[in-house]
Amino acid sequence: MRESALVTAAASNAAAMPLLQVRDLHAWYGESHVLHGIRFEVPEGQLISLLGRNGSGRSTTLRAILGLVGRRQGSARIHGVETIALPTHRIARLGVGWCPEERAIFSSLSVEENLHLPPRLAEGGMPLDELYTLFPQLAERRRSQGTRLSGGEQQMLALARILRTGARLLLLDEITEGLAPVIVERIEATLQLLKSRAYTIVLAEQNLGVASRLADHIALIEHGQVVEAFAASELPARRADVEARLGV
Amino acid sequence: MSDIPLQAVLSQVMLGLNNGAFYALLSLGLAVIYGMLEVVNFAHGALYMMGAFGALIGLEYLEAWTGIPGLRLTFWWALLLVPLVVGAFGVLVEALLLRRIARLEPIYGLLLTFGLALILEGVFANGFSAAGEPYNGKPEALEGVVNLGFMFFPRYRLFSMLVAVLSCVAVWWVIERTRLGAQLRAGTENPAVTSAFGINVPRLRSLTYFLGAALAGLAGVVAAPIYSVGPHMGAELIIVVFAVVVIGGMGSILGAVMTGLALGVLEGLVKVVYPPMANTVVFVIMALVLLWRPAGLFGREA
Repeated sequence: MRESALVTAAASNAAAMPLLQVRDLHAWYGESHVLHGIRFEVPEGQLISLLGRNGSGRSTTLRAILGLVGRRQGSARIHGVETIALPTHRIARLGVGWCPEERAIFSSLSVEENLHLPPRLAEGGMPLDELYTLFPQLAERRRSQGTRLSGGEQQMLALARILRTGARLLLLDEITEGLAPVIVERIEATLQLLKSRAYTIVLAEQNLGVASRLADHIALIEHGQVVEAFAASELPARRADVEARLGV
Repeated sequence: MSDIPLQAVLSQVMLGLNNGAFYALLSLGLAVIYGMLEVVNFAHGALYMMGAFGALIGLEYLEAWTGIPGLRLTFWWALLLVPLVVGAFGVLVEALLLRRIARLEPIYGLLLTFGLALILEGVFANGFSAAGEPYNGKPEALEGVVNLGFMFFPRYRLFSMLVAVLSCVAVWWVIERTRLGAQLRAGTENPAVTSAFGINVPRLRSLTYFLGAALAGLAGVVAAPIYSVGPHMGAELIIVVFAVVVIGGMGSILGAVMTGLALGVLEGLVKVVYPPMANTVVFVIMALVLLWRPAGLFGREA
């Protein structure tokens, strides 16, 4: 009886505790102060979209969560673990996967080597077969050098690469930017699939359409701060305001 | 050409291949360190010299220094242990010195390692004969000569070529064909993304310097029975080795090995045809290659 009560308490605790909790996060590149106290959180299994204009600090927020900025301050908890003083590779091992904006496919490695490069972070990563089913183009090009791929193929590879590792928190930076509509559709479908499998996703986006179709939560970022945060269901009512802020 | 006996040509080719094997082994270490860490390691010759001294000290001085009777490092043990010691020294250098300047211009790494080389040479010149000492620990099994059909070639020199070639193949295999090698290459290309995969990039850098330094140490041990062991043995060789790396292309593993062997042979041939040119031919080629292909024969053009 007592045990089951404990289990219930633990479960409700887990449900209450956000998987990612960012508080008062500041970041600097050299002398320039880029993030001025970012604050947001994502419950497990949900998708938050960070919306903002170019240079507002969306990408830097993702990089700062991973400790990939010159200097950072504040708090970023993953599964309740404070990561602010951890080196990047230790943060990643908490189960974080990152798709950088520039995709960063390794030119000296083939598609398959790129897929095999990241070490396993946890159980439950997607096996290679499943990734190739999800992205048949990658299967066809598995022996090609990474940089011979088209932009869309590189983006799929960048995404597939972190799905193999068992990462459950995905930081995706502009993953639809500059891609043909048919590829954007494919990536959106993949993200829907990941949501259905309870991945927790932070999506830095400029494309309001993509964000509105996928997000559970939206955070608007301006000048390195979250200026508005709301449930995605409120987006239709706020659309005009959001569009004005994004300058679209 | 017809008045030059074939015999002389072939024997110089063999000796050249032997020198080339050392060039290859040393330039391979340099290429690995440059390719992975972007450090132009001027201390490489000093590490090679330390390898040779490691073999000499293990054989001649260890017993007296430690006071333990009978404590001597035979050649085979030196071949195994000295590269590890030199590699460990390299790890210290990387962790204590190079890491601090990793974010600065490459010139700082070059200056730092150059200074380090001078210090190491000074330390060894202070404690040992500047003219060099012979190493008398060549194993009996490697004494004597082998009949190659066209010439008698010292068995030990054949052995040294074998060690060099096997080491080159092993390093190439690790870097190009293993998971660790893929991580090393990725860490060079994009350290941020590599560490975001959960890979400990600083540790990879230490490991790289270990590997490069250990290769230099290995070359030193193998060289000890052939050349006299002296504090300046590395400085003399490293200039040629740098020329080899520049010709092959900085950071190209295959380039370093192929160019090392080829230039050794070329030096040998020039020694037969026009001996005064033998010591300069490498630098003439370096100048020509820099004019024609600045990135080196095997280097990728930027």
